[in-house]
Amino acid sequence: MSSPLAALPVIAPAIPELFTGIGALALVLFGAVFGDKSYAFVRWLVMLVLAVALILVYLSSGTRVEAFGGAFILDGFARFMKIAVLWGSIITLYIADSYLKDTKRQAFEFPLLILIATLGMMLMISANDLIALYLGLELSSLSLYVIASFDRDNVKSTEAGLKYFVLGALSSGMLLYGASLVYGMTGAVSFAAIAKSLSSGASVVAIFGLVFILAGLSFKISAVPFHMWTPDVYEGAPTPVTAFFAVGPKIAAVALLIRVIEQAFPGIETQWQQVIVFISIASMGLGAFAAIGQKNIKRLLAYSSIGHIGYVLVGIAAGSPEGVAGVATYLAIYLVTSFGAFACVLAMNRNGRYLEDINELAGLSRTNPALAFAFAMLMFSLAGVPPLAGFFAKWYVFLAAVNAKLYPLAVIGVVTSVVGAYYYLRIVKIIYFDEPREAFTPAPVAIRFVASVAAILVLAFVLAPAPLVNAASLAAKSLF
Amino acid sequence: MHNLLSTLILIPLIGAAFILFVPKDREGTLNNIRWIALITTLVTFAVSVLAWYRFDPTSPAFQLVEEGPWISDAIRFKLGVDGYSMPFILLSTFLMPFCIVASWVSVEKRVAEYMIAFLVLEALMIGVFAALDLVLFYVFFEAGLIPMFLIIGVWGGKRRIYASFKFFLYTLLGSVLMLVAIMTMYWTAGTTDIPTLMKFAFPASMQKWLWIGFFASFAVKMPMWPLHTWLPDAHVEAPTAGSVILAAILLKMGGYGFLRFSLPMFPIASAEFAHFMFFLSLGAIIYTSLVALVQEDVKKLIAYSSVAHMGYVTLGIFTLTEQGIEGAMFQMISHGIISAALFLCVGVIYDRMHTREISAYGGLVHRMPLYATVMLIFTMGNVGLPGTCGFIGEFLTLLGSRIANSWVALFATTGVVLSATYALWMYARVVLGKLVKPELMTIKDINLREATLLIPLAILTIYFGFHANAILDVVSVPTEPLLASIKAAVSSVKTASLLAP
Repeated sequence: MSSPLAALPVIAPAIPELFTGIGALALVLFGAVFGDKSYAFVRWLVMLVLAVALILVYLSSGTRVEAFGGAFILDGFARFMKIAVLWGSIITLYIADSYLKDTKRQAFEFPLLILIATLGMMLMISANDLIALYLGLELSSLSLYVIASFDRDNVKSTEAGLKYFVLGALSSGMLLYGASLVYGMTGAVSFAAIAKSLSSGASVVAIFGLVFILAGLSFKISAVPFHMWTPDVYEGAPTPVTAFFAVGPKIAAVALLIRVIEQAFPGIETQWQQVIVFISIASMGLGAFAAIGQKNIKRLLAYSSIGHIGYVLVGIAAGSPEGVAGVATYLAIYLVTSFGAFACVLAMNRNGRYLEDINELAGLSRTNPALAFAFAMLMFSLAGVPPLAGFFAKWYVFLAAVNAKLYPLAVIGVVTSVVGAYYYLRIVKIIYFDEPREAFTPAPVAIRFVASVAAILVLAFVLAPAPLVNAASLAAKSLF
Repeated sequence: MHNLLSTLILIPLIGAAFILFVPKDREGTLNNIRWIALITTLVTFAVSVLAWYRFDPTSPAFQLVEEGPWISDAIRFKLGVDGYSMPFILLSTFLMPFCIVASWVSVEKRVAEYMIAFLVLEALMIGVFAALDLVLFYVFFEAGLIPMFLIIGVWGGKRRIYASFKFFLYTLLGSVLMLVAIMTMYWTAGTTDIPTLMKFAFPASMQKWLWIGFFASFAVKMPMWPLHTWLPDAHVEAPTAGSVILAAILLKMGGYGFLRFSLPMFPIASAEFAHFMFFLSLGAIIYTSLVALVQEDVKKLIAYSSVAHMGYVTLGIFTLTEQGIEGAMFQMISHGIISAALFLCVGVIYDRMHTREISAYGGLVHRMPLYATVMLIFTMGNVGLPGTCGFIGEFLTLLGSRIANSWVALFATTGVVLSATYALWMYARVVLGKLVKPELMTIKDINLREATLLIPLAILTIYFGFHANAILDVVSVPTEPLLASIKAAVSSVKTASLLAP
């Protein structure tokens, strides 16, 4: 058939990505013509593009379809993760505005880079062979390196970008090396073909390749021992960018990790399980202990995110539908909590000066009771104290680990969560117990809105946990 | 009304929401807040009395049961009460108005937050005792840490931050191990419904680990020697009402947990670990009584005496006899009343003198005769004098331990002597003697507000001392089937091991 519409069924699963990609290209042109004064307009258009993509993803069915010769896959799992990633990008743009204004960085590139990074992340989530994996990963990573150093006159921000770039390039190299080893042993790039070729057992070289791929992906999710960049990049990057880093790219990389190990290496579960269990314990432990001494709220949240990735890995280690459902639940709750927490960090502002020392929060409960309450609830949720949402997140991943008979992992995990509770409590202590300091400048509506909605969601989750949990388990089933 | 129990949980929360919306910085605001809190707690108490009226104490089944969807089909929102939980709900709702009145004048800063914290805590405490789903129980059980953490940390004494952190982290560490046990039970039994789990026979080898997981949580909460060190710190630093709730209700969650979960769900492990529990209980009774003897701070002394009294509770529960278990239940209720009253008594003199050092007092009887009288009643209750409710619990648990093991009974009885020593000695140093300290010359006797707090508790102390059956009749109903099921489970293991080659 010669009609151009005939090609549509082939590309239909990728319509949200195509829309995002075309939108990004059009807006690049637009921005190039009109320059920085088009920032506000571009920002709104990017948010619109993301919102439309979100709706398109919502409308897509959860049934499994492949496109582009099997390189691209859309299933319930991809749909769930894409929704999370798109929400993350929209919220980032929503809360970033006032910060960019205060730091005089309202350049049109910022929303565009977020948009392109989001496109990369969506491709990562839908990647179904090693090449698509790498393409998606690099598209998002390259955009992330740039926005990490977006505050380009600030030494810390440029340092963060450079550090992120150098270490990120190294990890991409490891990933590529692993992919080449796997390709060499199996002669295939598609996940299904790799799985088929390894179904009768894997050679040492293929396992080597798997380990290198896991190492490369561990870097992206900042799991120990590939976490070194995280505190510096979190601290140096502009705060809204840090908020973005903490959630979107992590969700995409976790989704990719799950897809790789569950679809390409299901036959050698015992091999990758050991690796995942180890990095999980190491991440939980480091996240819990290293955050204790931190005075900078962004560094503290960086270590906290390392710890949270450790808990996510607990669910992945279980290697079961329950485990993946637990991870999906965890990431959705973490998305809300983390953005809420970063909105609170953005509210730490006196006359346009953004503060990062946690002691600046002293006595916030008296100078700004609403913000203090939201902050405290989000901290309790991150600590995993019931009845807040963070408890249920942990409940599901540990439940899966217990079902997989990973008792030592579960016990170590819950014990590190108690250690971790210490530093979250310390923030609550500073907010509620210490003598007040000078009040913060009232935060803009966007930030107050995100912080309060996050706190309400975290508090109210206990009343109706079923919808999210059901959606997550439906998403997980599509992988098995 | 079909949902009496959830109403009971909701009322304090509604009261708290009300306080949130009271217009601040107006004249009389503080009093409005206090009155709202008091009325809320009184209404809650009235509704709990209604629940008691609807409750049939002669039936061992769970009553006032309500059920709804929650997380999944296996984990549901389920509430209900039996002879073990109903008394605790009544005790919680009964003591709450006392806490509010006790804080009427002594809490002046951040009154709204204070009252909200207490009301939320009350809702969660009722939830703990009413929950009939393990996950729901855990949520209520742990959530209570948040308001208590704030109560100690914001309104506490000098070392409040240290005490609040210690309280929170210590209890959390114990509880997360229980969480892993709960997850294991979920996968083994396929549900977290408490009545189903009570009938479910877990494999004997698994019971041991599950029992240890639950023990970790309840032993810290109780607190059992040697895990008790958070309690004296928390008590000393907490405001008076915080101490009252901590001693009267929160500690009882440990004993309640042993009775509700450890015994019926892991009967074989409970029988196996009984001697271990005896050892820890004796440690609590003898060691902490001796520690109480040398305390110079009144609150610390009562805190250590609480640990010792909780030793009787665990001792009684793990005798696995009718006398022991009923005695333990009685001991928990009576300690709830007496320890609450003693902390209120300390609050009375602390409000006047702002010190809790025993050496700062002496001869109060000359200026405060009424105070001396009620304090005497509570001290005697603490000692376990016949005629007060403190006697019945101690006597029954000792009786139970005599049946289980005479040596244990022998050592446990020394605790009676020791408790008399520290309690009477403290009373003598604080209340009796000559009034020589110049600061005490102008001290005033208890006023009407304080009298309305202390006199009802004094009456109850004596009332239950004579009418022990008022409580024992209720708690004996679920005890009989519990003991029968433990006996059956243990004997089935014995026959199995006999049959094995």
